[in-house]
Parts: sequence; C-alpha cells; structure tokens
Amino acid sequence: MSEARREKAEKLHHLLETEGDTVAENTRLFNRGRYEATADLADYEALKDEARAIKEDAIERLPELIEELRDSVEANGGNLYVADDAADANRYVREVVTDRGDSVVKSKSMTTEELELNEALEEAGVDVTETDLGEWVLQVADEAPSHLIGPALHKSSEGIADLFNEQFDLEEPLETPRELTKFARDQLLVDIEEADVGITGANFVTADSGTVALVTSEGNARKSALVPDTHVAITGIEKVIPAVEDLEPFLELIGKSATGQDVPSYYSLLTPPLTSPPVDFERPNEAVTDDPEGREFHLVLVDNGRSAMREDPDLKETLYCIRCGACANSCGNFQSVGGHAFGGETYTGGIATGWETGVEGLESAAEFNDLCTGCTRCVPACPVKIDIPWINTAVRDRVNHMDGEGEFDFLVEGLTPDDEPAGLDRAKRLFGNFETLAKWGSATAPLSNWIAGSAPARWAMERWIGVSSERDLPEFQRETLVDWFETRGSRVDAADAEREAVLYPDVYTNHVAVERGKAAVRALEALGVRVVVPRSAAVGSGRAPLSQGMVETARGQAERFRDALSSELDRGRDVVVVEPSDLAAIRREYEKLLPADDYERLSESSFEVMEYVFGMLENGADGNELRAGDQEPVDYHAHCQQRTLGLAAHTVAVLERLGYEVTTSDTECCGMAGSFGYKSEYYELSMDVGEPLREQFGDDGRRVLASGTSCVDQLEALLSRPATHPVELIAPDTSPR
Amino acid sequence: MTTNALSAFRASAERHHATVHEVTPADVGPTLDALVEPPAVGVAPGFDLPSSVETDPSPADLDAARTGVTVASLGIADYGTLVLEQDAAASEAASLFPERHVALLRTEDVVPSIGDALGTLGPRLRDGGSAILATGPSATADMGELVLGAHGPEAVDVVLVGEEYGDEAGSDSNVADAADPTTVDAGGTDAEADR
Ligand code: SF4
Repeated sequence: MSEARREKAEKLHHLLETEGDTVAENTRLFNRGRYEATADLADYEALKDEARAIKEDAIERLPELIEELRDSVEANGGNLYVADDAADANRYVREVVTDRGDSVVKSKSMTTEELELNEALEEAGVDVTETDLGEWVLQVADEAPSHLIGPALHKSSEGIADLFNEQFDLEEPLETPRELTKFARDQLLVDIEEADVGITGANFVTADSGTVALVTSEGNARKSALVPDTHVAITGIEKVIPAVEDLEPFLELIGKSATGQDVPSYYSLLTPPLTSPPVDFERPNEAVTDDPEGREFHLVLVDNGRSAMREDPDLKETLYCIRCGACANSCGNFQSVGGHAFGGETYTGGIATGWETGVEGLESAAEFNDLCTGCTRCVPACPVKIDIPWINTAVRDRVNHMDGEGEFDFLVEGLTPDDEPAGLDRAKRLFGNFETLAKWGSATAPLSNWIAGSAPARWAMERWIGVSSERDLPEFQRETLVDWFETRGSRVDAADAEREAVLYPDVYTNHVAVERGKAAVRALEALGVRVVVPRSAAVGSGRAPLSQGMVETARGQAERFRDALSSELDRGRDVVVVEPSDLAAIRREYEKLLPADDYERLSESSFEVMEYVFGMLENGADGNELRAGDQEPVDYHAHCQQRTLGLAAHTVAVLERLGYEVTTSDTECCGMAGSFGYKSEYYELSMDVGEPLREQFGDDGRRVLASGTSCVDQLEALLSRPATHPVELIAPDTSPR
Repeated sequence: MTTNALSAFRASAERHHATVHEVTPADVGPTLDALVEPPAVGVAPGFDLPSSVETDPSPADLDAARTGVTVASLGIADYGTLVLEQDAAASEAASLFPERHVALLRTEDVVPSIGDALGTLGPRLRDGGSAILATGPSATADMGELVLGAHGPEAVDVVLVGEEYGDEAGSDSNVADAADPTTVDAGGTDAEADR
C-alpha cells in the first residue's frame, strides 16, 4: 500500500475501533426511526415535493427575500446584518457582545461552528458556553462535532460519565444518562442566568414576519433567547423562506427525517425582540415584568461562499439542505466511521461535500469525498430531495482535476484511454476504465487471470494501484456473453414473441459473470420474449467512470450507449439490464449527461431484469417454465441503487410468486459499492459496513441471493458461502424452446 | 372542536409523554388545586388560579418554582402540541423554568394540524408575536439514552377545558391520580415511569 493509502486506512481503522460502535448504534437507531415515522405519513412524498419547491423558490428569489426580511426585522425593532464571510460575521458579533458584556450562552448552531465564532469571541475575552447538552459535552471534552444534529453522537454515556467525573470535582461519581443530564442542566442554568447575551442559530427565517424558527428538544434555545436581554441569531443566508405558512412541510418533516421523532419537543417561532420580558438574575427579587431596559436583537445572515454556490449549478442544490442529518444516518460508511472520518472542517455526512466545497473549499471536501460510494440510499431519505450522490460525483470530478501530479502511470495508462487529467489517482483510473481492462482480460483469458492472480501481480496492484490483496479478483471469461449468443442465436421466433428485448451486455456480465447473462436470456425466453444480445450494444453505460468522478468520460460513454441502443429502440425492442447500477445510471444520471429527449426515451424503455420478469408475469405470461421454489427459504439482499429506484419489491414479488420464502436484508448497502471495497485503504471499512449482513444471514444456511455483482462478491466474502443473482435461481437450466 | 379531534389530541399528547385531564369549566379550580405543587408561578387570563400561584414572579420565584401554569392558545390534534404564545406577562418563563408545566387549553382551541395552527399564527407573527409549539416535556438523548426533562419541564399536564365533558361521569378521573402527592412530588422519575 502506498503511504497515503496506508495513512487513510490507519485513520479509518482507528475510528472503527474507537467511535465506530457508538456511531453505528446511534445512527442506525435514527435511521430505523425515520423509516417508522415516515411510514405513518400518508403524504410523505407530497410533503417532500412541497418542501423542495419552497426552497427552490426561496433560493431563486433570495436577494429579494433578504430585503423583505430586513424590512420585517427593522419594523420589529431589530437589526439585520448580512456578513460576507466568517471574519465579517465574527467581527460584527464580537462588537455586539463586547458592547453588552463578556458572557455568552449559545444554543446549537452549525453555522457558528463554520465561523469558528467561539474562538473569535474567546480571543476577545468573552466566556462562551454551549447549552445544548451534546455541544456542551464536546466543549468540555474539547472535541469537534461528529454529526449535524447529534454533535456528540460518537460518545457513549460511559464515555461522558468518565469525562465529567474527571473534569469536575464531584463527591459522587455520575453514572446514568439521567444523572448526567441533571448535572449538565444544573451547571448550565447558572451560566444561562449570568449571561449577557444569548446566541442562537436558526433553522428557518421567515421573510414576511422576521421570525426565527428553531427546532430543539431540550429547551436550551428557548432559555438562551428568553433570559438575557440581548439575542443574536446567526444563520446562513439560505435559511430564509418567504412566509410563516411555508414552515408547514418543514415542521412536518424535520423531526421525522432527523431522529425519527414525529415531532421534536419545541418549535420556537420567535419574532424578536421578544414581547416576553428578560429574566434578569442580577435583580433576582424584582418582578420580571417591570423590566426597565427592554430587549435588543441582531440577526446575522452569513454568506461565506453561499452566493457563489447559488451560481454554481452543481452546488446550488446544497442550499436547499435543512441539515436534518438523514443523509448521514442512511449512509453505510457513515454508520461505520461517523463524522470524524466522513466530514470536513465543519460539516459531516453525504451533503458535507457540498457544504465544504462551498464554504471551505475543494481541499476540505477532497479529504472525505471518496467515502461517498454513490449507493444513493440517502436520496429517498432527504426531505428536500437533494441529489446528494450527484453533488459528490461532481465534486469528485473537480478533485480529480485539482492535484495533477503529472506522473507517468505506465501501468494503468496503457489500459485507460480517457480524457481525464494526468495525475488522476491510479485506482480511480483503473476502475473508471474497467471496460478496457475487461476487453483485454477476456481476449487473453485464462492467461490474464493467471497473471493478475499471481503473487507478484497482486503485490504490484496493491502497491501501485491500491487494489486490496484481500479481495478475489474478477475472473475474465474467454467466451463473452456476446460471443456465446452469436453462435447460439435467439430461441424464440419473432412471429411467436410476446415482446422483443435487448439483453444489455454490460461490461461485467459480458466478460465476467457470463453465466448470469445466459440465465437472464433463458429466463426471458421462458416467458416468450425474443431476446437479442448484439455485439454493438456491448458498451459501457458510464457507471464505472461516474463512480470515480470522471464525468466527461461518463458523458462520452452515455452518448455511445445511446447511439448503440437507439436503433434497437427504433425496432420496438425493450432494454433489459442485469446490473442495477447500470440501470441507475440510465434512470438517474443520464438526466444530467444526455439531452432531455434521449434521457426520457432511454429511461422509459430500460428495465431491471427481475422488474421485466415481474411485468411479463403481471401481463399474463406463463411462468411455468421458470424454476419454482417449492417453499425453499432464501435470503435476499437488494442492490442499494435498485432500492432507491423502488425496484427491490419486484424481485421479492417474483420469487414469492414462484414459491420461494424470502427474507430480505435490513441493511442499506452491503459495503462493497462497486469498486469501493476493492480499494486497499477501504477494505476494512467495507467489511465493517457489511457486518449487519453477516449478523442477519450469517449461518442460517439458506441460499443467498443478491442483485448486484459487487453485492454477490461481498456476500460471499462476508458469509463464506456462494451467492447468486435471483435470475440464475429462476432461469430454466436449458433453453426450453 | 369535534370529539374526534379531541380524542386525537389526547392520544397524541399522551404518546408524547404529556398527561391530559378532561374537565368542565367548573372543575378547573379543583383540578388545578390538585395539580399545582407550590412553589408555583403562572399566568392564566380568564381562569382563577390557586392562591399559591405567584402571578407576577421574580427571577428567584421562577428558579424556585416547581409548577408553572399557563394557557395554551391552540392545541394541535395531530401531535398533541400546545401553542404557547409569548406575552409581556412572563408566561414563557412560567412554562419553561418549573419542573412541571400545567397548561390550560380550551376545547374550542384544538385544531387538527400544524398547517391549521400556522394559518392562525401567520398574522400574529407578522404582527410581532412569538410562539412555541411545545409537544410533551423537554427531552434529550445527548447523554446516551432518552431522558425527559432537559432545560425545560420534565412533566407536562394539559387541562383540557370544555362543557362537553359535563356529560360523561368520571371523565376527569385522572385528576385523582394527580391529586396523589407522590405522583406530583416524584418529578421526572416517576412521571416518566408512569407512562
Ligand atoms: S442533504 Fe437532505 S438529508 Fe442531508 S442533511 Fe441536508 S436536508 Fe438532510
């Protein structure tokens, strides 16, 4: 392994050992909670659409809304300041605070983490106390948050008890979460009562009224805004929405998306300066209602790169983010290592790539961007429907262009004719150009397999390219699926055919998993489909380069795919795809890569193979020739992208219809995620992400099915027993006709 | 408000760890007597408060109070949420500082959804008003598991007041529970275990 890869692997290893278990437990709890809470929500999809539409409109009209907000805030008697960057915001807040005193209580705000406001205030001699219990734990421990909404989610109650018992001179050691909470509340109450200024963030700000909406469960934001007579609310400019009534979908969604609570304890809709009198503990015995001074309010809206993000087509969507953390909770890699690996200077989880690129710069995002495997499990979780994986892909492309070291990578370069920059990471280049490699592999098999599998080659691959020597390599087949089909031909006459379809010979099915492709042909023929496997269709879909952030290479492949398949569509043929990740490219990313008409035509005519089988059976095809299950119990893990496309149910339905008893996996992603698990620095993480599958399916002895090529490989590695694609299970052994 | 919305309110509030007492206007007095454990603070225009309740509290009173009584301007049936609007009379502090928050809510002020509540609140917030949508007691999971009672109250009692409760004998039966001083005294621990 190269030095850089080794360092990365060691850091991940350390986090897996220290924080991994606590992070996994908490994020999976939140994730399950989200599923349960949203399952009860009849209009979940409609609410997400509504939330998204409000954000799209607000970001579109942002300058205008900020001016409307300014009028509202000033009419209420408050002040609005728009800060260009962190230094500007910190200067403004420092002046407000030092003018009023020297102590601040704060409720949780990621934006102030971004600004490093606490440090700026402390330098000016101001005492800053975080009042969110999780943030306070981190302040005491001097650690950084590891999650957007659960900043101390990586810490167990034992860890917190040890910390408190060590840091504070306590007569009785603290133990239970209840004791810890009570201790923290009592400590913090003193700080709140003595504070000169209360600082809060804002989850939303409504332009029509100047209302700051805060979402909390502890009540600390209520106290921080109520007790001191001066309130400073700090947030990003993107938090402005038009009107109070627009809060509705967000208030319905945010708790459910974040922690699975159907509603948090408090939505504070504060229109400062508040009518409530301050609670002045310097005059403890005078009625609070005869407050002589009144209140002061400052709303600080932070730009810090956001206006530029608004102009950047790839990053713009990031501004719709309501920071619920669902993308982190649904992410297999995040569940394993948490935000201290999967994050940048401030933000963590999938969407952090967008935030870090926008506010800190590409270097910060480059640190962790690889950890997004593009599995897309965050996509249905996001309450504002952000295409988080696309942001990660687009940023990966920029990262690829960032550090052109210009080395001559002879080993990979010959195999990888692409348009990507010279210094591109060798592993990325190799996996991104898998098509070229596979052609060479089949042409020279079995020699290619012997060479690749030999000890010196594995050593070189690990050393120079970063392919983990723990993994079995794909074995290239001398006779490709296309070769086989050319000799064999179709077994269903055009005259008898129910439908005609192209079985898309994706690179892997064509060169490696050839038997799976043959099974797919036989299964379709058993349903009366006339199948063709044309050599002209044996082109990459663009999935491989996309996963490495090689967007232009992917675009070129998408265009080639379109050209190759268009004539088939013209003949009235459907496109049947075996590998879910290829179908996901067609149905999702082609929208970004191809003209709208081409995208629509291809995505509407392409089907996952079991989806197609399901459709044929639903439309009356006779499934008698398919292999029936006879109550055989099977374990099934659907591919992550297939699940995001809503296609897992089709496989389960077909299997059940044929008499199999199906147990489906509970996990989001198997951890292999295409090439990810092959990379030496991620091997251990990849296996850890797959751990829940081992726990669930470990030694139940049942047949194991998975829809993705890499899932099959990963399940075999995890369970030490063979796994197959469902179509291989149901296809007749020999062609029936 | 329809009986359906009222029973939905009650079910949702209890799901979120609040206790709901359904009483006629005439029974408000005895109910509060049973629920309010001194020292107490509170503001309740339109209702008579027990004499133990300090209606114009100082910071020291707020700090010492075990019970705070306020009136919710709306209830949201979907979630059992109380809408607590801010005023110059310190009701926000009275609902936030004490361990137990007793909220009076008129049945006619229960609306079905958050959207309905925002419809009412929109004009008021545009007029400079502020409101808390409070559901159940304050809570945190930051110390490793869910604990009720963080910076805010650890118990919430909703006294739902309506003539309609006059017809049903015994509808205020859980006042008897609340009258049991051990329940009120026990603060968070037992209040949590009770539900
Ligand atoms: S990107 Fe979506 S899911 Fe992730 S934190 Fe933002 S709003 Fe939540």
